[in-house]
Amino acid sequence: MAFLDIDMADRRHTDREYENELAQVRERILLMGARVEEMMTASRKCFVERNADLAKATIRNDHQIDTLEIEIDELCLQVLARRQPVASDLRFITATLKLVTDLERIGDLCVNMCERVQELCEDPTYPTQGPIPRIGEAAQAMLHDALDAFVAGDATKAEQVVDRDNVVDAYYAQLFPELVAHMMSDPTVVFRSTRMLSIGKYIERIADHATNIGELVVFMVRGLDVRHTGPASNNPTA
Amino acid sequence: MNLEPLTSVAKKAAQKKADNTEPMPPETRPVHDGAKLEGMEPAAAPGPEIASRPRWDEVSVSQITPKMRAEGLHASFGSSEVIKGISLPIAEKLVTAIIGPSGCGKSTFLRCLNRMHEVVSGATTKGKVLLDSQDIYDRDVDPVRVRGRVGMVFQKPNPFPTMSIRDNVLAGLRLNGVKLKDPDGQVEKALRAVALWDEVKDRLAKAGTSLSGGQQQRLCIARALALEPEVLLMDEPCSALDPIATARVEELIHELRETYTIVIVTHNMQQAARVANFTAFFYLGQLVEYNRTQVIFTRPKEQRTEDYITGRFG
Repeated sequence: MAFLDIDMADRRHTDREYENELAQVRERILLMGARVEEMMTASRKCFVERNADLAKATIRNDHQIDTLEIEIDELCLQVLARRQPVASDLRFITATLKLVTDLERIGDLCVNMCERVQELCEDPTYPTQGPIPRIGEAAQAMLHDALDAFVAGDATKAEQVVDRDNVVDAYYAQLFPELVAHMMSDPTVVFRSTRMLSIGKYIERIADHATNIGELVVFMVRGLDVRHTGPASNNPTA
Repeated sequence: MNLEPLTSVAKKAAQKKADNTEPMPPETRPVHDGAKLEGMEPAAAPGPEIASRPRWDEVSVSQITPKMRAEGLHASFGSSEVIKGISLPIAEKLVTAIIGPSGCGKSTFLRCLNRMHEVVSGATTKGKVLLDSQDIYDRDVDPVRVRGRVGMVFQKPNPFPTMSIRDNVLAGLRLNGVKLKDPDGQVEKALRAVALWDEVKDRLAKAGTSLSGGQQQRLCIARALALEPEVLLMDEPCSALDPIATARVEELIHELRETYTIVIVTHNMQQAARVANFTAFFYLGQLVEYNRTQVIFTRPKEQRTEDYITGRFG
């Protein structure tokens, strides 16, 4: 919580009301991040447990994330209009505006995962072990660390998240030929394999959004744009 | 037909994807290439004019072509030193803003740039101020001549109350003993430069003070411009104006930038952000940070700058 603590305690705005507005944005973002992480945990769980009820309940929870997205956007607009933030405040607000979009998309991808699980549950013999839980775990760890880096204002941690996207991509690249080979050898698994392929793709997209969040954190903390420059560790300006 | 087995296609796809994850050097960042889009005319190539002169927002502080340059400048009122060794290049035909809390020495610094500081009794300066590489504090330099080349506009519009609009414009020229060859032409030129001509051309004989605050300030700028200075110093030129009049003056600053080197002192940070190409932050008589305005307001390097502009000061 170092970044938040610095802003909240040591480097308070002389304008208390402005400080409160920024604190409110931070608080809402933390809540939205926590909700999205919960959704992702539930989505992975319902796949492993072949739990169609949990999938249904998780889909229903998505509206909370949508509501938070609108609320945070509105708060950011208010700060922009009333305070004309500059420097670190400006980077925080603009990063937040983008971050909520990534979080909301992750929520939508979790909904898609749950929908595929509901379909998979019609064929409850599908394998619950193997590459999908592995990719899911790696992507969720990226999301968790990206949000942690945001809260702590930790650009180094955020760079590590950006670098880890390759790992998830590699897992997905492995999953694809495996499932194709499986479908070719046994046409009866085509239905479930296409669903599993989709789930793999959704997870890979979630990792991409986590990477975006990592890049936003680097921008927010250091004022450097590291997007589209390859892995952060290869970036000379980082 | 000889189809490749699906698994080998999958392998190739995976390999291609792995190849694509190679780090991309920054210079090969994907850029929009209009010419490659089907059914679209290729985008016009940038003309030589654009290519030859770097855009101002790409010029870093170290690349500034200075019109003026302060070197180790100190300024005092009696025993109290208000400028404590400031070195600052001022970019030619661009706008430089000086920001900082009250008492940081920004107005004093501005007044040192055209030898107005020494007018106050007990005021002294040390160090150099170069104008086109000549030190304006050299013994053989005439301060009146300096003030002709480096004009000044003050916080409050101060047209001469007993003079008409026309005479106000010509006042600087007359005071400097300039022989007027074409006074009407000079009046029109100066008033057109500040976009005041159409508003006042039918009442040039009326008193300067009959104008609105914003018009009076533009009249004062016209008075300064009539002397055809090379540098224009502006000390809080909009602090007494309403937002519409402020917008007019700011628009004027944008236009004047084509011809003049401008230095503006302002308390209004949004104004500095809007009009200036470079911004200097002064604190307690020292230069804390000097950079492109864009950098100062998005990612300042110094914590004190960050604290001041975000309002976390003191």
